[in-house]
Amino acid sequence: MIGTLVPLQSVGFALVALGAPAIVLTRDLLRLVIVNGFYGLVLVVLFVVYGAPDVALSMLVVSTVAYPLVLLVAISRVRSHGRDT
Amino acid sequence: MSFLPYAVAGWICLVGLYGVVTSRNLVHLAVCLTVTQSSTYVLLLAVGYVRGGGPPIFKGVKLGTSAVDPVVQALSLTDIVVSVTVLALILALALDVSRHAGTVDPDEIAGMHG
Amino acid sequence: MSRRARIVVVLPALAGLAALLAWSFTGLPGFGSFRGPYGILLNRVATPERHMTNVVNATTYDYRSFDTMGEEFILFAAVIGIVLLLREDDRDRRAEDRVRSEMVRSGGGLTVGIGVLVGLWVVAFGFVTPGGGFQGGVAVASAVLLLFAAVGYRAWSTLGNETVLDPIEGLGAGGYVAVGLAALASGLPFLTNVLGPGIAGTLWSGGSAAFVNWSAGIEVAAAMLLLYAEFLEAHAVPVMRGAS
Repeated sequence: MIGTLVPLQSVGFALVALGAPAIVLTRDLLRLVIVNGFYGLVLVVLFVVYGAPDVALSMLVVSTVAYPLVLLVAISRVRSHGRDT
Repeated sequence: MSFLPYAVAGWICLVGLYGVVTSRNLVHLAVCLTVTQSSTYVLLLAVGYVRGGGPPIFKGVKLGTSAVDPVVQALSLTDIVVSVTVLALILALALDVSRHAGTVDPDEIAGMHG
Repeated sequence: MSRRARIVVVLPALAGLAALLAWSFTGLPGFGSFRGPYGILLNRVATPERHMTNVVNATTYDYRSFDTMGEEFILFAAVIGIVLLLREDDRDRRAEDRVRSEMVRSGGGLTVGIGVLVGLWVVAFGFVTPGGGFQGGVAVASAVLLLFAAVGYRAWSTLGNETVLDPIEGLGAGGYVAVGLAALASGLPFLTNVLGPGIAGTLWSGGSAAFVNWSAGIEVAAAMLLLYAEFLEAHAVPVMRGAS
């Protein structure tokens, strides 16, 4: 068990360390929603590898439904406000 | 190898802060703020990790097997759910700004007057 | 301050912060060698003492339930802020918006029921396996949100409006404090676990912390649904009126 965890952990950390700059460097808003969803899933994998299933469950339910909904509604309203003025 | 998780947490925090400062869009700014927040979860869970330990759930598992720290997990899981509401609040503020100013660029908003 | 000036100022500041962080991280014990006494003690003591096999939830709802009460009130206050900010004057809840495909409507409607059941199961077995009030509450809210996506705005707005959700949210938040006050009324400190511990590994574990768990689950579900309702109203009503 100890032997198999270490490569998984390294992969998890590498993905998380790559995902954060990916979010910062994404300028298009719709692409940002998808990259954010991917980052959330990578964090879920990292939390499972940490031995924290409760935290992973929490991040999973939150980043698959709540984050995209809130972001998409905000983006759509911002675009329509921008078009009206 | 044993300080890599802390370094990753610090890297995510700095990247998120850089994104907040140089953002051209309030929605993008809010998402970068959540990236910085996620660095605290990574750091907390890294501090509580026990090498070779399983999750702190003892159903069907003999009592006394090594497990990771439960206190930092309790802190993180409530915080993740609350962070969604805070993000929604920030986005609601951004929507309000965009309704009045017509733009979500922080540089352009700073130049507007009552 | 112009954008270029901001970047010039922030880079040295971030470098300074990075140096401070690096210096402080070297003072931490290495990854995997956790020395903290409280966590190790809890792992050893929680299951024999309180008969809860999920030590994380035992910490959240029993040993440190006061901190969770604070988190719940952050949730409560943030949702109130969102409701106030997104309030518009003319709201038309009778607006019409139906999903056309019958298969999507019926399949989605069925899945809503299944999703709510799974979410309630996650809340109920919080002290036995991974899960608990916070995760299960968000799961229930997401399942009800499926009503909007699969069936239509009108079906969603029968459940996702303030007159239905406000009392439920208040019940959850108030129930949490009421359980704590019940302990206070019997002479023990606030939020002590008053009922007997029960049998570990079954639904009958947890004592009064089980009521705290359910209150938290109800409150989180109602708060998230209220949040979705406000956002969807800000989005869906102008679309249906043909404004954007």
